[in-house]
Amino acid sequence: MIEMMGVHKWFGDFHVLKDINLTVHKGERIVVCGPSGSGKSTMIRCINRLEEHQRGRITVDGVELTSDLKNIEQIRREVGIVFQEFNLFPHLTVLENLCLAPIWVRGMPRAEAEKITMKYLERVCIPEQAHKYPGQLSGGQQQRVAIARSLCMNPKIMLFDEPTSALDPEMIKEVLDVMVSLAREGMTMVVVTHVMGFARTVANRMLFMDEGEIIEENTTQEFFNHPRSERTKQFLSQILSH
Amino acid sequence: MRHPNNQTAPLVATSPLERVWRNLFSSPMNVFLTLAVLFLLYWVVLPVVQWAFIEANWSGESRQDCVRSGACWVFIKVRFAQFMYGFYPAAERWRVNTTFLLFGVACLPLFFPSFPRKAWVGAFLLVVYPFVGFILLVGGLFGLPVVETRLWGGLMVTLVVAGVGIVVSFPVGVVLALGRRSTMPVIRAICTAFIEIVRGIPLISVLFMASVMLPMFLPEGMNFDKLLRALVGVTLFAGAYMAEVVRGGLQAIPRGQFEAAAALGLGYWRMMGLVILPQALRIVIPGIVNTFIGLFKDTTLVLIIGLFDLLGIIRAATADPNWLGFTMEGYAFAAVVFWIFCFSMSRISLLLEGRLQVSDK
Repeated sequence: MIEMMGVHKWFGDFHVLKDINLTVHKGERIVVCGPSGSGKSTMIRCINRLEEHQRGRITVDGVELTSDLKNIEQIRREVGIVFQEFNLFPHLTVLENLCLAPIWVRGMPRAEAEKITMKYLERVCIPEQAHKYPGQLSGGQQQRVAIARSLCMNPKIMLFDEPTSALDPEMIKEVLDVMVSLAREGMTMVVVTHVMGFARTVANRMLFMDEGEIIEENTTQEFFNHPRSERTKQFLSQILSH
Repeated sequence: MRHPNNQTAPLVATSPLERVWRNLFSSPMNVFLTLAVLFLLYWVVLPVVQWAFIEANWSGESRQDCVRSGACWVFIKVRFAQFMYGFYPAAERWRVNTTFLLFGVACLPLFFPSFPRKAWVGAFLLVVYPFVGFILLVGGLFGLPVVETRLWGGLMVTLVVAGVGIVVSFPVGVVLALGRRSTMPVIRAICTAFIEIVRGIPLISVLFMASVMLPMFLPEGMNFDKLLRALVGVTLFAGAYMAEVVRGGLQAIPRGQFEAAAALGLGYWRMMGLVILPQALRIVIPGIVNTFIGLFKDTTLVLIIGLFDLLGIIRAATADPNWLGFTMEGYAFAAVVFWIFCFSMSRISLLLEGRLQVSDK
C-alpha cells in the first residue's frame, strides 16, 4: 500500500528526514512514536504530499508521488488524514463539512452525499450534531467529525497525526474508541501518537523515530517487551511511567 | 445541578438620573470635561443649527426669496433636478429612475435570510441587470432614444461610476490577490507589479492617463466614451486597493485550513472558492466596505476628465451668475448626500457582519 524508499527531506539546511524506509501493507496498523521534532509528523505528511520529499521514492497504492498534480490529487482521494488541530471548516455546518469532498471531488449528487454523511456521523456516534457549526462542538466531538469527514471519501488509508494530543483526557477515550473500531474493520492506518495503550491494543507494528531516523521497528509485542536500542528503552521508560 | 454555593449577583439600583450624575459630574475632572463639551456644543453646533435650520430659507423660486440670514435652500430646490440628473433630457428621466429603483428592488430580497433562491437574485443582479441598466440609460434599443453620456451628470453619474467601480473592482481585487500569492513566479510578478504601480499613483493621474493615454493605444478612429474611460480608471484603481485588503484576509487563514482542504483532494480553485475565500472575505468585510466607501467619494475626481458628477455639477451651478454666493449651501448639500450613501454602506456592512456571524464562528 505505502512504500517509502530512501526518503530524505530538508527544511532549508535542516535535515528532517534521513533515509526513511517503510513498507505498509493493506490492513496493517502502524504506530509511530518518538520525541518532539523527530520528524514523525513530517514523515506521514509526506505520504499525501502535504510535505514534499527531496530524495527517494514514495509510492502509495501503486501510484508514485511526484510533483505531477494529477498523481497527487489521485492519491489524496485515497488517503485520509486527521490532524491534531482538527482543521474543520468553521464557516460550514458539520453536515456541509462532510459533504464537501464527496460532492466536489467525487462529483456525487447532494442527496447521496448526505446519506453517506449521516451514515458516517452515526458511525462516530454524533448524528444529532449534523446541523451545528464546529465552534459549537467539544474537542472530542470535533475530532470525531474530522475522522468522519475523511471517512466520507472512502479512503483506503487513514493517517492520524497526533489525533488526541489537543484533547482533554476525558475526551480522548471517545476518539480512541472510534479509531479502535476502524482498526477492527481492517482499515490501513498509520498513527502518530503518544497514547501507548492504543498502540498496544491495535498496532501490528511499532516505529520509534528520533532526529529524523527510524531507530527501531518491530512488532508490537517485541517492541514493548524487548526494545533493542538504548534510545528506545529510554523513551519507553519516560513515556510509560505515567 | 446548581452548585450550592451559587448566589445571584447583588443588584445595584440606579435611576437614569443617578447614572448621568455618576458619568458626568462625579469628579472635578468630569465636571470640567462636561462643562467644556457643553461649551463646545454651544459654540460650534448652535450656530450651524441656526444657519442650516432656524434662519434658513426654504420656499421660493429665485434668489430674491432668500431674505432671511440663514442658508438659502431655495438654491438647492430650484436646481435639484439638475443635481440629480445633470443634463439628461427631462422627458427621459423616468429611465434613470427606473434603473435605480430596479436595483433597489432587486437588492431587497438579499436582506431577508429566509428568502429562497437568493443565488438567482444574485445571478440576475450580476448578469442581467447590467444590460438592462445600460439599455435603459443609454437607449438605442426598443424605441428608446439615445442619450449620450456627455449629457449625464449629477448624482446619476456618481452612482453609475461608483456602482460599476464597486461591483467590478471586487472580483478584480480577489483575482489579483490570489495572483499575488501564487506559486507561479510570472503570475505573481505581474500581479505584484500591477498592484504596486497602480497604488503608487494618485487616482487623479490614473483617470488622466486612462483618459489621455487610452485613446493613444487604440487604433485610428476608434474613440472611447469618456464615461467608459472613467469607469476603467476607477475600477483598476479600486481593484488594486481591494487586492491588498483581500490578501490581508487570506493571510489570516491558518495553514491547517489549506492543508485540510488539499488533503481532501480539492483542487486549487475549489479550495479557494469553497473553503478559503468564504472565510477570508468574511474577516475583511470592514476593510472591503472601507474601500468601497473611499471609492464612492473618489468618484468626485472624474471632474478632471470633464465629467460632471454630483460635486462637479454643484460647483458648476455655484458659478451661475444668477446664484452667486451660495457655495456653502451647495457643498453642504453635497456633503449630506454623500454622507447618506456612505453611512448606509457602513450600516449594511454591519448588518452583513451580523448575518454572517463573523465574530461568533
